Amino acid sequence: MSVLVWIDQFRGRVQPASWETLGLARTLAEDGRVVAVVIGEGVENVAQDAIAYGADAVLLYDDPLYRDFRFETYNAALKDATTSENPVLVLFPATTRGRDLSASFACTMDLGLAPDAQAVQVEEGRVVVKRPVYSGNMIATVVVETTPAVVSLRPRTAPMPEKDASRSGEVVKKGAVIDGSQVKTQVVGFEEKEAGEVSLTDARIIVSGGRGVKGPEGFEPLRELARVLGAAIGASRAAVDAGWISYDHQVGQTGKTVRPDVYIACGISGAIQHQAGMRESKIIVAINKDPEAPIFQIADYGIVDDLFKIVPALTKEARKRLGAS
Amino acid sequence: MNHYWFNEEHEMLRNVVRTFSEQEIRPKIRELDAREEFDREILQKMGEMGFLGVCIPARYGGAGMDYIALGIVSEMLEWGDTAFRETISVHVALNSLAILQWGTEEQKRRWLVPQARGEKIACYALTEPNAGSDVRGIQTRAVRQGDVYILNGEKMWITLADVADHFLVFAKTDPQAGHRGISAFLVERGAPGMKTGTIHGKLGARASNTGWIVFEDTPVPAENLLGQEGEGFKIAMSALDNGRYTVAAGATGVIRACLEESVAYAKQRTAFGQPIANFQLVQQKIALMQQRLDIATQLVYHAGWLKNQGIRNTRETSVAKWYATEAAFASANDAIQIHGAYGYSNEYNVERYLRNAKGAVIYEGTSEIHTLLQAQYALGYRKDKPLRRELPPYDPEEWTRED
Amino acid sequence: MKYIVLLKQTPDTAELPKITPEQALAGNEGVTKVMNPWDEYAVEEGIRLKERYGGETVAMSMGPEEVNEALKSALAMGCDRAVRLWDEAFEGSDVWGTALVLAKGIEKDGGADIVLTGKMSVDGNAGAVAHGVACKLGVSLLTQVAKIVEVTEETITVERLLDEGRETVVAPLPAVVSVVKEINEPRYPTFIRIRKASRAKIPVLSAADLGLSPEEVGASAAKVKWVNLEKPAPKKRQVVIIEGETPEEKAAKLLDYLMNVEKVI
Repeated sequence: MSVLVWIDQFRGRVQPASWETLGLARTLAEDGRVVAVVIGEGVENVAQDAIAYGADAVLLYDDPLYRDFRFETYNAALKDATTSENPVLVLFPATTRGRDLSASFACTMDLGLAPDAQAVQVEEGRVVVKRPVYSGNMIATVVVETTPAVVSLRPRTAPMPEKDASRSGEVVKKGAVIDGSQVKTQVVGFEEKEAGEVSLTDARIIVSGGRGVKGPEGFEPLRELARVLGAAIGASRAAVDAGWISYDHQVGQTGKTVRPDVYIACGISGAIQHQAGMRESKIIVAINKDPEAPIFQIADYGIVDDLFKIVPALTKEARKRLGAS
Repeated sequence: MNHYWFNEEHEMLRNVVRTFSEQEIRPKIRELDAREEFDREILQKMGEMGFLGVCIPARYGGAGMDYIALGIVSEMLEWGDTAFRETISVHVALNSLAILQWGTEEQKRRWLVPQARGEKIACYALTEPNAGSDVRGIQTRAVRQGDVYILNGEKMWITLADVADHFLVFAKTDPQAGHRGISAFLVERGAPGMKTGTIHGKLGARASNTGWIVFEDTPVPAENLLGQEGEGFKIAMSALDNGRYTVAAGATGVIRACLEESVAYAKQRTAFGQPIANFQLVQQKIALMQQRLDIATQLVYHAGWLKNQGIRNTRETSVAKWYATEAAFASANDAIQIHGAYGYSNEYNVERYLRNAKGAVIYEGTSEIHTLLQAQYALGYRKDKPLRRELPPYDPEEWTRED
Repeated sequence: MKYIVLLKQTPDTAELPKITPEQALAGNEGVTKVMNPWDEYAVEEGIRLKERYGGETVAMSMGPEEVNEALKSALAMGCDRAVRLWDEAFEGSDVWGTALVLAKGIEKDGGADIVLTGKMSVDGNAGAVAHGVACKLGVSLLTQVAKIVEVTEETITVERLLDEGRETVVAPLPAVVSVVKEINEPRYPTFIRIRKASRAKIPVLSAADLGLSPEEVGASAAKVKWVNLEKPAPKKRQVVIIEGETPEEKAAKLLDYLMNVEKVI
């Protein structure tokens, strides 16, 4: 059996969740083929990386037509890949683009879709997926009744495979499979996000602040620490509602659900609503003055102290150990 | 909330006002309260949404809802904070409804319409440095001179004194005639010789504006006399029937907030290895809050229903106000106890609820006044006589007519 | 111009943790339900489009009678009318079944220039209805939309929010637009609108009205089946409280754990 994996790249930069997805495909395919689908312009190096991360072969749709992400062109390429490979499963990383494309592709092909999977199994040729629903408050087990099944895999669910540059595999160059003049959607502008901001959902480390940071300026020491650790900044609803930090940093019931390797909660009491967004983090660190704060009940490491003393000390120490940054 | 008082419109209104309190008031209130700051931005939004004319007929610029809706707005605003319910009490209940009840068609057009639309803010100026419960003891004078009255005197503890554009002012036109010598006047900010100021240092409702007003030879056109000369006492008292209703409804919101927050806290907080919600003495306090909430709800919305029917409700409103405000204070006290030391700090809302709740057992008739009132009704010493103008019963067609 | 906003009625987010798997599977969550918070942004944008370009904004939802509450909320915010799509045959529809019903509903209503919807629902979390409806209608699909820059007779220009930045895209009309929170701040309903919306009679269209046969929708047509639902297993965590004389000492000890024991930094 073969598994198709779409690699999410933007202007040659690959979303790391793509490699995790490739790693999972490798496990699921057992002796079968893992075929990466790389769509873009000037992305041959991405194809090579896909081999190094575990793909047996790559279908490379490299053409100016694919410079921008557009449903029409990307769906056409995926349809072409699916037709030629006849896979059991088409896997996408559940990145923003991955979720969009998998949904659009599945519907176009009239296939069953299981988005945001946190576990995928193939049982007697049928794809069974566990996925969070009710905003992370429940886990649904779903069976996809079509072949292939279309599944997107949550970032940070599968381990990152080792990159092995010595691996070899075939790169099949496919080019444009659709007449570009038929495509009506046009990308006419792009404005890059300010550098330095790590996106919350992708971050391996999150430094998060709550009511205890006391004000917008209270996030500054947290940002310092985040810069040193290469972390993203999170916040509890209390801090967002108070207007200290923008909504896109909010973690919890009404914000984002994150599962980084380390979640450092600073001055966050740990209300149930906040826990819903972060309790699946691998390691939770709580820094809070109140030893009774509920956050300590779900934390792995706790420091009962003033965050304004501990966070700068952490920054200083981390800078020393990780080298100047 | 399933309850026979409430229809679908009421349910939608309750949800919207709750969301409004949650999103607009609660995130800011700790700071507003600490700084004793009245938030005009929130007032502006309230005006745009229709809070300020909730139960005023559509043709006078209102939302055309009923008196139950006024109760719901009061309850769910005070669930956010007392300050904003106080705005409704003075602007809608004490001032606008008095104009609806007693005003001429011209006065309604001139004063009520911009108030209901939220373009002008209104308040109620009765109490004085030396006259609170003792209304007949007010000393502000109004002397007729041609086609104006000349006002002299001082008002104190006036909610929105420094915010309002329109003032319903009570003054003596005949100092010898006791309560029959009081008249009511509609006065606009900017009248000559009129000054207002804010009183600082209140225990609670600190995000509300409370102040004083001074009149020095302030001329008020005779056409701004509300009702007849000498009718001021009745106007003041009938307005209090509406004001007290909103105070009682608001107190219900405080009880609701105390109950919700105590339940959440008791389930989350652990002591001796288990959630404190498992402890019976905590459960007792929670049970009492539930009981108080249910009783207050019944009393308040029964009074609202009576208003809708056009049935005189002075006694029922008095008992609702008396009970609900005392119950709110007791609930806030219990809520702090459940929250322990945290409840004593402003990390949580409950200390504010206690400070806020205390005001309401004093204003709009102290608990002592209401105690005596109820005794007088029960003993047959007091009976409500029909008024020359009654508060109009809620007539959906009449209220929603837009011409 | 005509705008149709697709919305869903979902459990109040504060109540999501209280729902049991049994309740959810039975389709009766037993908690307060409200308009899906993500859809509020779509409703707001639909009303703003009407204010900018004129036309009509219609709220549409698939679901049983209780869904009227969410539709009435949309009316209270400023939608001109509401349409509900329901039939017992729709029960158990997967996301594509739902999308088919909605697409038929849109066609039955005379179509739309712009169909708006929220990013996802807080219960199903699939975030694929927009994709499905665009696919079934065969029209443009624009997702992650943070701003509608311009609408002309034939095209729509939007800004899409990507992980990497903001992209400006032009697509032909009609289009299905799925919006993100950054697009606007939903307005509060006015009291007058609440009063009117609470009395609104909302028409219901059945499978037959939409020209759908029972095999095309509902559980039997679903390409994905939910076979189990469970609460996530609570992770057993035992907190290690880090002690020390000074903040520096505590910081150093914590980093030792994170770097040398857990190897996560």
